[in-house]
Amino acid sequence: MTHLTYIIAAYGLTALVSTGFALDAWARMGRARRRLAAIDPRANSRASR
Amino acid sequence: MYARVDATPSLAPPPARNLHRFANPGRFLRLSGRVLPVLALAGLILSVTGIAWGLFWASADWQQGDAVRIMYVHVPFAWLASSGYVGLAVCSVLSLVWRHPLADLAAAEISPVGAGCAALCLATGSLWGKPMWGAWWVWDARLTSMLVLFFLYLGHVALVRAFDDPQRGYRAGAILALVGVVDLPIIKFSVDWWNTLHQPSTITLTGAPTMYIGMLWPLALCALGFTFGFAAVVTARLRAAVMERRIRALLLARAQEAAA
Repeated sequence: MTHLTYIIAAYGLTALVSTGFALDAWARMGRARRRLAAIDPRANSRASR
Repeated sequence: MYARVDATPSLAPPPARNLHRFANPGRFLRLSGRVLPVLALAGLILSVTGIAWGLFWASADWQQGDAVRIMYVHVPFAWLASSGYVGLAVCSVLSLVWRHPLADLAAAEISPVGAGCAALCLATGSLWGKPMWGAWWVWDARLTSMLVLFFLYLGHVALVRAFDDPQRGYRAGAILALVGVVDLPIIKFSVDWWNTLHQPSTITLTGAPTMYIGMLWPLALCALGFTFGFAAVVTARLRAAVMERRIRALLLARAQEAAA
C-alpha cells in the first residue's frame, strides 16, 4: 500500500476524535441521568425510558 | 358528508404548533431514548463496513495510488461540516422566530460536533494534500472557506458560553450562525468560481457522478454511517443538556424555597 503513513494518520485521527466525542456524550448523559435521579427520582424513570 | 371542524382551533401558526409538539423535554427524552440506540448502531455498522470496504477492497487510484483511500473519511467530514451548519442555522431560526425551547440547546450541542467535523475535514485533507500536492496547506478558495466554517463553529461555541445570562448567549450565537450561512455556498461553489488546486466536485445533485462505482459505494456507506454517528452524538449531547437544565431548574427552585 502506498502512502501508508498518511492513510494511518488520517484514519487514526478520525478514530480518535470520533471515539472521543462518542465517549464524552455517553459519559455526560450518564452523569446527568445519575445526578437527576439523585435530585428527583421521578425524573429518572422518564429519562431512562 | 361533512368535514370535521375543530371546535377550538389553536391560535399558533401551523409550523409553530407542529414544532412545539416536540418541545416538551419529557417527550423529547422519551422519543430520543428510543431513537438513540438505532442511530448509534446504524452509524457504527455502516461506518465500519464503509471504512473496511474503502481501505481493503476498493481499488487504488491510477494516479494517486492508495492515498485516495483518505477520501472515505475526508469527504464525509466535509459534507457533515456543511450539513451540520445547516442544522445549526435551522435551529437558530427556530430559536429566534418561534422561541422553540429545545432549539437553543440543540444549536449549542451541534456546534462543537460540527467544529470537530470541520477540523477532521481540514486535517485529513492536509494529510491527503501533502503527498498529492507537496504541501500541507495552500490558501486555496475551498480550503480557506472550510477554515472559515471551522472558525464560525468555534465562534458559536465561544459566543454561546460568553454571557452570564444563557438566553443572551443563545441569541447572539443564533445571529452569528445565520450570518455565517453565507459561507456555505462559497464552500460549495468555490471550485467552480475560482481556479483552485482542490479538485472540482465529482458528485453533484443534478449530474451523474464522475467517480468509479467501486469507489462510490464505500464512500456512500461512510457518508451515511458518519451522518448517523453525527446524529447519535448530537442526540446524546442534547439528552444530557435537557437533563442538566432540569437539574439546574430543580436546584434553583429548592434554593428559592429554602430562602423563602
